[in-house]
Amino acid sequence: MSAFLALIERDLRLALRQGSAIGTALGFYLIAVSIIPLGLGPDLALLSRIAPGILWISFLLSAVLSVDALFQEDRDDGSLDALAIGPLPSELIAASKSLSHWLTTCVPLIIITPLAGLLLNIELDAVPKLMASLAAGTIGISFVAGAGAALTLGLRRGALLLPLLILPLFAPFLIFGVGAMADAPGAFVQSILFLLALSLFSIAAMPFAAALALRLSLE
Amino acid sequence: MAELSEPQTMRTWRVSTLANPTAFMRLSGKLLPWLIAIMLVLFAAGLIMTFRAQPDYQQGETVKIMYVHVPAAWLSMGCYTIIALSSAGYLIWRHPLADVSAKAAAPIGAVFTLLALVTGSLWGKPMWGAYWVWDARLTSVLILFFLYLGLIALREAIDEPGRAGRAAAILALIGAVNIPIIKYSVNWRNTLHQPASVIRADGPTIAPSLLWPLLIMASAFTVLFVVLHLKAMRAEILRRRCDAMIAVRVRGNAAQESAAGEAMSHV
Repeated sequence: MSAFLALIERDLRLALRQGSAIGTALGFYLIAVSIIPLGLGPDLALLSRIAPGILWISFLLSAVLSVDALFQEDRDDGSLDALAIGPLPSELIAASKSLSHWLTTCVPLIIITPLAGLLLNIELDAVPKLMASLAAGTIGISFVAGAGAALTLGLRRGALLLPLLILPLFAPFLIFGVGAMADAPGAFVQSILFLLALSLFSIAAMPFAAALALRLSLE
Repeated sequence: MAELSEPQTMRTWRVSTLANPTAFMRLSGKLLPWLIAIMLVLFAAGLIMTFRAQPDYQQGETVKIMYVHVPAAWLSMGCYTIIALSSAGYLIWRHPLADVSAKAAAPIGAVFTLLALVTGSLWGKPMWGAYWVWDARLTSVLILFFLYLGLIALREAIDEPGRAGRAAAILALIGAVNIPIIKYSVNWRNTLHQPASVIRADGPTIAPSLLWPLLIMASAFTVLFVVLHLKAMRAEILRRRCDAMIAVRVRGNAAQESAAGEAMSHV
């Protein structure tokens, strides 16, 4: 357990001291959100209606593009090999990496979401709901993305292949994430529960797939 | 790859006998002509019955699209199930034939999924008024199509066959979560797509005059899938044997050359 926490602490410290990874993901999120109104026209009523969907999609794209580097840097400088021969099983290495991705990428993106929502004229009482749905769903997304990153580690065109592999798997998260914003009574609680179920399943299952893939790419 | 080209004699017949590539090649070679004959008979009977079937009182002649659409949709899911089972077999037992099966099934499944999507939207235009609607069943089948594309693309991206097979197997097992979602998407949520009407606990809800041609066509398509899958598996086994033979020859040439080189340097 202490090795697990030490690995997370190391990744958090690296992310904070380098800063560029968090900044790039935030920048990508904001530019993705702001380029969509340019394509749709400045119709504020339309934008406020589709704002949750735009925010969720931009969020998913930022998460996919940032997860590409999750194992890559550690593999390039050899620390992934060092971790693999260490005491921590690869399932826990994968889990800690996914958790670090959530803490260093998804949490800052969730915090900045109200600001991005303002650009889209989102209704103010929808913001807490949206942030709750993002918090419930994106932890699972980090774990699915972690497995995808482990699968495409070190491949040619890996950065292009990764979205093709994992965006289809994000579809249930997206459906229930946007479903939480629906006006129907009980829709919010039901969708949040579904998102939590999806996230718990991903947290339980994905580290095993990621560990298989990691062992494969380290052979 | 050596185990693919080693002939082996088996005295007792077990299910695992089939897992021997040589035995598989022999048995599938004997079975294929029969399967092709059965498939042709079934298709002939199914097509004749389809053309003579009464047009539906609401859907008219478009109901005939169903005889291609429903079997293709069943097979799109059945094929992914085979890939998932083969992938589990490959990851657990490392058996090369399981990998051959998973690899051969992926493009076939992708084509059946595309066929289901295309025929579905051709039917949807006159019936629902749109080629495409975003309901649960259509969306989850579209996702299935992307999963097939992802499987094929991941395999293409890795040069070494053993690694490619295992990476694709891991992805196939992750994506297998989608199969129950597709199956039950029309029962869980009230959607435009109709619920299951053939295989249900309280018996089929489809008229017998429409049901029989459908069952015959479904068996014809299933045999077609088995034929294509066996053919593709045989082609893959032969391809791997060729690769192994080329590798042996290249190694032999290299050894000869280095031996010749050494002899020259001694002179």
